Amino acid sequence: MHLKYESFIREPLVNGNKDFHQITEDICKPVEQKPTKLWYAGFAFSLILFAFGAFSVGWEIYWGLGTWGINRTVGWGWDITNFVWWVGIGHAGTLISAILLLFRQGWRTAVNRAAEAMTIFAVMCAGTFPIFHMGRVWDAFFVLPYPNTRGPLWPNFNSALLWDVFAISTYFTVSVLFWYSGLIPDFATLRDRAKTKLRKRLYGIASFGWTGTAKNWQRFESLTLVLAGLSTPLVLSVHTIVSFDFATSVIPGWHTTIFPPYFVAGAVFSGFAMVNTLLIIVRKIFRLEDYITIGHIEAMNKIIVLTGSIVGIAYLTELFVAWYSGVQFEQEAFYWRVVGPYWWAYWAMMACNVVSPQFFWFKKLRRNIVFTFILSIVVNIGMWFERFVIISTTLARDFLPSAWTYYTPTWPEVGFYLGTFGLFFTCFFLFAKYFPVVAIAEIKHTVKTSGDNYKRDMKHLDEMSVEEFIEETKKN
Amino acid sequence: MAIKKFAVGIYKDDDELFPAVRHIRKSGYKLHDVYTPFPIDGLDEELGLKETDLHIAGFIFGIIGTATALGFMSWIFTVDWSIEFGGKPFFALPAFIPITFELTVLFAAVGMVLTYCYLNQLMPGVKKHIFHERQLDDVFVIVLEVTGDSTDEEMMNFLSETGAYETNIQIAEEGWWYGYWDKEEDYQNQTTL
Repeated sequence: MHLKYESFIREPLVNGNKDFHQITEDICKPVEQKPTKLWYAGFAFSLILFAFGAFSVGWEIYWGLGTWGINRTVGWGWDITNFVWWVGIGHAGTLISAILLLFRQGWRTAVNRAAEAMTIFAVMCAGTFPIFHMGRVWDAFFVLPYPNTRGPLWPNFNSALLWDVFAISTYFTVSVLFWYSGLIPDFATLRDRAKTKLRKRLYGIASFGWTGTAKNWQRFESLTLVLAGLSTPLVLSVHTIVSFDFATSVIPGWHTTIFPPYFVAGAVFSGFAMVNTLLIIVRKIFRLEDYITIGHIEAMNKIIVLTGSIVGIAYLTELFVAWYSGVQFEQEAFYWRVVGPYWWAYWAMMACNVVSPQFFWFKKLRRNIVFTFILSIVVNIGMWFERFVIISTTLARDFLPSAWTYYTPTWPEVGFYLGTFGLFFTCFFLFAKYFPVVAIAEIKHTVKTSGDNYKRDMKHLDEMSVEEFIEETKKN
Repeated sequence: MAIKKFAVGIYKDDDELFPAVRHIRKSGYKLHDVYTPFPIDGLDEELGLKETDLHIAGFIFGIIGTATALGFMSWIFTVDWSIEFGGKPFFALPAFIPITFELTVLFAAVGMVLTYCYLNQLMPGVKKHIFHERQLDDVFVIVLEVTGDSTDEEMMNFLSETGAYETNIQIAEEGWWYGYWDKEEDYQNQTTL
């Protein structure tokens, strides 16, 4: 009764002899076993980083924004750089869970859960930066349009910064809903397998009482499809709006219409690199190599080379348009960007983002785990430099040479950044331990068309003539 | 709360469900429900279930979001507290589009998920009877309601004929209840069938 038929020439998405029960076993086992020493070590390290970040932020709140390296000329430093970087990383998760679902890309099922978790944690990290950048963080709720005693005085709905508030919070909420609605059936699987009373109770609460009736599954599929349809324009809008922080400004270098597509491509680029970094570790530790195969990693590397090239073209276009526009200030801005005091950041960005992904034109390198892992980190370093170049180096050379300055971060800024790594990995370690890292129900749904053992039986169908095939189907 | 008696058939493969369901629907037995570990394409049609209207709910919530955002911002900037920003008109529609879009998506998604939870009776703490401990692992369960027109043995034999490798009779809560798992046992003890 499978309406979808896939040729045996296509690489299987699930390797090995997997029946439905084996899939459940493989994915639930890491959740049900005691965590390994490696897990404890990693978790402890993340918590320490997180604690240091909290201390750095506490220091900043107590002494004020003066403890940061930002100044009157360079008003946006590491904080906004890190904000854009983390938001960008989040985009791959939604791209995998939503856009690739609409495009019916079967390989997304195995990586979707972990990537979507990454999205949520990355957006959490991102959100903290603008909030603490406000300085008086206890007044952060002033950005919300609520009836207040000051008039009521409303926020400026024409401001790109306020659009950000709405975009990021909507993005976070919708991602959580999408992720959790997919998790409910898998939590129910864990609940029914639970050996201890506590486990059964906790997963019972988390699974919302899911039993898997036909009607529930029908609504589940409808919900998934519509949420994917909503998330697709949403994810594109979020980084577009983040890019509006720069694109709608009048500062030279921050006044270009190319920003929205260029930012979105960059976001997907860095996000896929992060997914690769995380999943290469996860598949190894939890022995999920049969589900997250080399084929999955290769598919993501293909997206990295595509989006990396788009980003490369965007960099060159920016330079060309600056020259071609004939606007002296625009030309100056880009001149300083390339050969100015921050030349090293610009060329680090160019090397990491434009040159390095080109290695992925070679199939051997796309399928090489070690190489992919190293490159995925290189790409994220490059994408961090991209944001730094756009934000801080542009500001450092503004209108009046008397105001020109050089910006270096102080330890609370660096500590804050490290702290978000702590937050991200603390969440990710907890997720990897207590949540099914691969979507169990979705894998079972695709295994009969894309599983290795099922595909082997398909081979004879491929070799049949059309007439024989019709005869064969009539018999069934 | 309604405790009822059910005849339960356990199947090994999703392909066996289709002929079984077809057979059951022709036979006139009262089909309670089918439980599967993953969504099965076409099973809802085979069961004669209507296409869900969930997406319409999503659309309506989305429209409410659009209207809320656009109406609210327009009212603030034209009626309640007009401020001139950079010489732009008070009613600056293009600048309202990003927030309008975000709220449309937010309302549609939140509203739809809440509707989904309401329709499927999903909530933290809600419990429903589990007919087979592996119904979300690798077995497929068809449940018939025992109405008393035929004996338990007849129904179990019938399910075996349709391809079930295991059959049994269970007395279970038909809907959902809130609280602990043990609660169902209390209900079962109180009820005499």
